[in-house]
Amino acid sequence: MKRHERKPKDTEQPLTNPINREEPADEEQLEAISSWRDTFRRLRKNRFAVAGLIIIIFFLILGLVAPLLTSYSFQEQNLANRLQPPSGEHWMGTDDLGRDIFTRIAYGARVSLQVGFFAVTGALVFGTLLGIIAGYFGRWVDMIISRVFDILLAFPSILLAIAIVAILGASLQNALIAIAIINIPIFGRIVRSRVISLREEEYIMAARAQGMKNGRIIFRHILPNSITPIIVQSTLGFGTAILEAAALGFLGLGAQPPTPEWGQMLASSREFIQLAPWTLLMPGLSIMLVVLGFNLIGDGLRDILDPKMRN
Amino acid sequence: MSEIVLELKELHTHFFTDNGEIPAANGVSIKVHKGEVVGIVGESGSGKSVTSLSIMQLIPSPPGRIVSGEINFKGENLVRSSEKRMKKLRGNEISMIFQEPMTSLNPLFTIGNQLIEAIRIHQKITKKESRQKAIKMLKLVGIPRADAIVDEYPHQLSGGMRQRVMIAMAMSCDPELLIADEPTTALDVTIQAQILDLMRNLNKKENTAILLITHDLGVVAEICDRVVVMYAGQVVEQGTTREILKNPQHPYSQGLIKSLPKIHEREQKLYSIPGIVPKPKTGGIGCNFAPRCEFAFERCFHEAPELYSLEDNRKSRCFLHDNNEGEVKKHAKSDIES
Repeated sequence: MKRHERKPKDTEQPLTNPINREEPADEEQLEAISSWRDTFRRLRKNRFAVAGLIIIIFFLILGLVAPLLTSYSFQEQNLANRLQPPSGEHWMGTDDLGRDIFTRIAYGARVSLQVGFFAVTGALVFGTLLGIIAGYFGRWVDMIISRVFDILLAFPSILLAIAIVAILGASLQNALIAIAIINIPIFGRIVRSRVISLREEEYIMAARAQGMKNGRIIFRHILPNSITPIIVQSTLGFGTAILEAAALGFLGLGAQPPTPEWGQMLASSREFIQLAPWTLLMPGLSIMLVVLGFNLIGDGLRDILDPKMRN
Repeated sequence: MSEIVLELKELHTHFFTDNGEIPAANGVSIKVHKGEVVGIVGESGSGKSVTSLSIMQLIPSPPGRIVSGEINFKGENLVRSSEKRMKKLRGNEISMIFQEPMTSLNPLFTIGNQLIEAIRIHQKITKKESRQKAIKMLKLVGIPRADAIVDEYPHQLSGGMRQRVMIAMAMSCDPELLIADEPTTALDVTIQAQILDLMRNLNKKENTAILLITHDLGVVAEICDRVVVMYAGQVVEQGTTREILKNPQHPYSQGLIKSLPKIHEREQKLYSIPGIVPKPKTGGIGCNFAPRCEFAFERCFHEAPELYSLEDNRKSRCFLHDNNEGEVKKHAKSDIES
C-alpha cells in the first residue's frame, strides 16, 4: 500500500484546542483509492496476466455463444463425414463419428469452465472454513484437521480422485466432487497459516479486549485479511481443476459420452493420432490454453497482491 | 479513600512451557481506587503486561494460566467469571489500549467503521446514532476534522492520531477502568506528552480509573497518583508517585531512579543497574534482586523477603526494612547518602 501513504502530517495538538483548526484542503489526496480498482490497474500492466485474461475471456465467450457460432450439434453423428480434415465447412475437422470438432470444443468450454468453477468453489468454501477453524482455535482442533489434510495430501491427487470416483460412480458430477475434495487441503493449509499469523496481530487482541465474540472476529477481521492468498489460489486452482477433470475424463471416470468434454474427446480419438491428428490436437490445445490462461492470471495476481513480491 | 475499583490479591499467573513452569506474575497484589491513576513500572520481563492481560482474562492459554489469586473488579472475582461474562465486561467496563497504535487497527476498515462496531458491541443503538457517537468520541480525544477522519482508513493517520482513535474506542462505553499497556512507548516525545495529557484529562472528566503500564518513569511522574514497582513477577515497592520518585526505599527503585538522565549533570556516564532481569522461576531461594543489588547481604541469598509495610501506606520488599536488620539498614542508608 506504499502509494497510499501520505506524508505524516502533524495534526496532533493539545486537548485544550481540539477542533478549531483550519486544515488545508487536500481532498484529492485523501480520497482512498479502491483496492480492487488498484489491483485491476496493476493487472493491466502485467502483459502475461493480460494474455491469460484474454485467453480465458475468449473461451468464456466461446462457451457462452456456442449455439450462435455453429449450426452443428455436438452429439449428432454423421458417419458419412467421419475424420474430415479442417475445412471451410468444418473449421477443425470432424471426429470418428463425423461430429464437428469445433462445435464440440465450443460446448466443451462450457463443461470445463463449469467444472473449474464448481470444483474451486467447493474446495474454497470447505477449505477456508476448515483452515479458519484449525488456525483460529488451534490445539486439538488444529491437530485433527491438519492431520486429515496431511493424509489427503499424502496421496497423489489423481489417484485419490480416481478412488473417490470409484466409490461414487463415474460421472461428471462425481468427478467434480472428487476434484473439490482433493483441493480442500490446499486451500485449508493456506488459510490456516494466514490465520495463525493474523491471530497474533494486535488488532485481533484489541478486538478481543473490546469484548468481540469469536465469530465476529473471524468474519470481520480474519477473513477479510486472508482474502488475497485465497484469490490467488482460486485462480491457480481453476487451471488444476480443469486439468484434473480432463484427466478423469480421459480415463473414462469423468464426463461420459456424448458430453463434449475435452479429456474424454482426447481419449476417444487417440486411436486416430496418425490418421487424423486434428482430432487430438484441438481438444489437447484447448486444455493447454485454458490452464495456461488461469496460471498466467494467477501468477500475475500473486505478484500484484503479495507485497513482498512488489518491485 | 474512595471506593476500590480493582483489587488484585496474590495473583499467580504461570506459563507452562517445555522448559518448566514460569511464574510470570508471582503473587501480585495491587489496588486501584475509583478515578485513580496507578502506574506499574518495571523493566522488560518483570510481569507488567502479564498482570494486565490477566485482569482482562486474555492470557494466551496454553501455555499461560492463572494458577491462584483473586482479581476483584467492583466486588466480582474475574478469575471465576465465565467467558461470556468477561465478553460483557471487556470494552464495556474494562477497556484496554495497546502499545502499538500502528497495528491495533484493522487496515481494511475505516476508523468510523471500527469505532461504530466497538460501540455497538455493548450498546443497543442504531448505526446512525453510533456514528454520531463515534464522531463525538473522536472530538473528545482531540482529533481535528472528526467528521472527515471518521471515513478515513488507519494508514491515512499518524501514530499519535491512531493512538487517539484507540483511546476513543476504549472510552466509548464509559469504562470504569482503562488499562493502558505502554500507550506512549511507540510514539515520539511531543506526541507522548499530548497523549498523556489527554489521558489525564479523560481521567479527570470521566472519573475513569487508569492502570498505566510503562517502563518510563517520566511517564509515571507525569500522570500517576500511585506507583507499583515490579521486578521478576513481584511487586517490590509501592507508594505515591511523589514519595517513590523523591525517596525510593527498595534498592531496585533506587537503581531505576538513578538511571534516569538528569538535566543538570551532562558529562557523567549514565548509571545503569548491573545485570539483567532474571527469568522468573519457581522454587528459587533468596531475593530475586539480590544478585544485582549493591546492598545485598548474607540473608538476601537464602531467604525471600516479604512485602514490608512502611509509613504512609508504602510497601517495600526488602530486608532493609525488617526492623531486626537495624545495623545493615544504617549501613545501607549511609551508603545511599554518600
